[in-house]
Amino acid sequence: MSDEEESHLTDKEKIEIAKWFLLNSPVGEIQYVAKDVREVLKDERVYRIAAAEAFPLYNKSHMICLGFPDRSGEVLVTSFNEIDKNEYFDPRTAQVAIVDHVKQVCTDARPANDDELPSSYIEEYRCAFDAEIIKYVSEAYPKGICCVYCTNGKDMEEPGSNFEFVVVISAARLSPQNFCNGSWRSIWTVEFKDDIQLVEVRGKLQVGAHYFEEGNVQLDAKHECRDSTMFQSPDDCAVSLTNIIRLHETEYLSSLQTSYSKLPDTTFKDLRRKLPVTRTLFPWHNTLQFSLTRDISKELGIGKQ
Amino acid sequence: MGLMRRIPPKQSETALSALLSLLPQHSSDLLSQVDQPLQVLCDAECGKEFILCEYNRDADSYRSPWSSTYHPPLEDGSHPSPELRKLEIEANDIFAIYRDQYYEGGISSVYMWEAENEGFVACFLIKKDGSKSGHGRRGYLQEGAWDAIHVIEVGQEEEIAHYSLTSTVMLSLTTNDESSGTFNLSGSIRRQMNMDLPVSEGHLCNMGRMIEEMESKLRNSLDQVYFGKTKEMVCTLRPLDELVQMKLPDS
Repeated sequence: MSDEEESHLTDKEKIEIAKWFLLNSPVGEIQYVAKDVREVLKDERVYRIAAAEAFPLYNKSHMICLGFPDRSGEVLVTSFNEIDKNEYFDPRTAQVAIVDHVKQVCTDARPANDDELPSSYIEEYRCAFDAEIIKYVSEAYPKGICCVYCTNGKDMEEPGSNFEFVVVISAARLSPQNFCNGSWRSIWTVEFKDDIQLVEVRGKLQVGAHYFEEGNVQLDAKHECRDSTMFQSPDDCAVSLTNIIRLHETEYLSSLQTSYSKLPDTTFKDLRRKLPVTRTLFPWHNTLQFSLTRDISKELGIGKQ
Repeated sequence: MGLMRRIPPKQSETALSALLSLLPQHSSDLLSQVDQPLQVLCDAECGKEFILCEYNRDADSYRSPWSSTYHPPLEDGSHPSPELRKLEIEANDIFAIYRDQYYEGGISSVYMWEAENEGFVACFLIKKDGSKSGHGRRGYLQEGAWDAIHVIEVGQEEEIAHYSLTSTVMLSLTTNDESSGTFNLSGSIRRQMNMDLPVSEGHLCNMGRMIEEMESKLRNSLDQVYFGKTKEMVCTLRPLDELVQMKLPDS
């Protein structure tokens, strides 16, 4: 056995492996994983490179929420409001958060520049929509954070052109003392199509949970859906779009419940039954009967397989 | 080890091979402490499949429990004593029936070897593919894997034998349909059980009962406790009462 040999990996390979571990961390656990990865690597330089690449990706895909240093509000870290690698725009406070990805904190903030803000025509739609979404999220998610970003056409000054919003809802619950973490993430892409007077909605929902007291069990559920509504005034759009989102998310929640309720008697049963097909415990004390029946079936040529 | 507790169980194979390549000097520790999904080979001589693990491996070959030959062939591969081999054959036969009754399919293998001190060790393995395309009777699962590993150390003192059982179950199940998307639960848990039992009923009977009890416990706690906790988490993120209270808003 060549147990004593050292790792033959190149630094590049080590970085890839470290990144893989970091990116596969369950919600809220990347700092724990990072600590272990750092120990395993025993190479500070390699770890730093991997962390610098993996944390921003992880933070954006988990849509983590950070508070502004002056407590003026919160900002979500997503790819939809990313101005620069560590700058994230918050339309509600018209600020840009400066983020330290690896520490997962907002270190500073600056007022957004004029060219980073949407036009007043767009802002009217966005603001009305944001207000409805905030109302909905505060009712549906005890710890939900949400935001509406303009991802296309933010400089349109008047009707006649298309634009696009993304609604982000991120609700995480971290309870490591109870060995349980979880998150709900929704991304709704909303395309306002002026030419056909239609608003098209596409949703991506993702729910994850990790329970790890004396074990490791994870839920990973994903769903996509689409819908549409008429292009109306900012207030009417806000209400009907929020209703669409509410409807689909409620439906999805109930389909998750259905999946759970089907587990014991259908889905889990296909892996292992609770009781044998005979519905009684296995007769270990009397296994001789099996060898007898098997001998007979062998003789008769009806043996299994 | 902390890492393996956090990485999604369905990714454990990738995680383990990544750790092995980072820490080749700890490979034997890792292989013995981290359970990974079981692999299968076919014993061409008997036309039956058998399960691979550290306990039937010698160099790069694995011993089939059916013919007791190594695959690929290996000269001077280690074998249990003739007496223990007899018990091993019997255990494989009986355990295959047990497996069929609980799993309605799947593959099982039992390996035995002499312990360093006195007594012996037995390893009972079950692998089940419960997916639609595998052995899933009901066809609900897009993907469904169950791997069970039971290792029992047996020490005998006159009429009483001491059995020390360590069991691991790894599973992953995925359902997928248009209206609810993909739903995956994966997990792994490990538990131990110790018992002193009279040998009058035979080792196989004693070990079998312990394994049956343990498997039922593990299945139950996965179903009730572990899956239940993730369900609870979903309801904390987005409480259910909203479903009841909320009428569709008037449009």
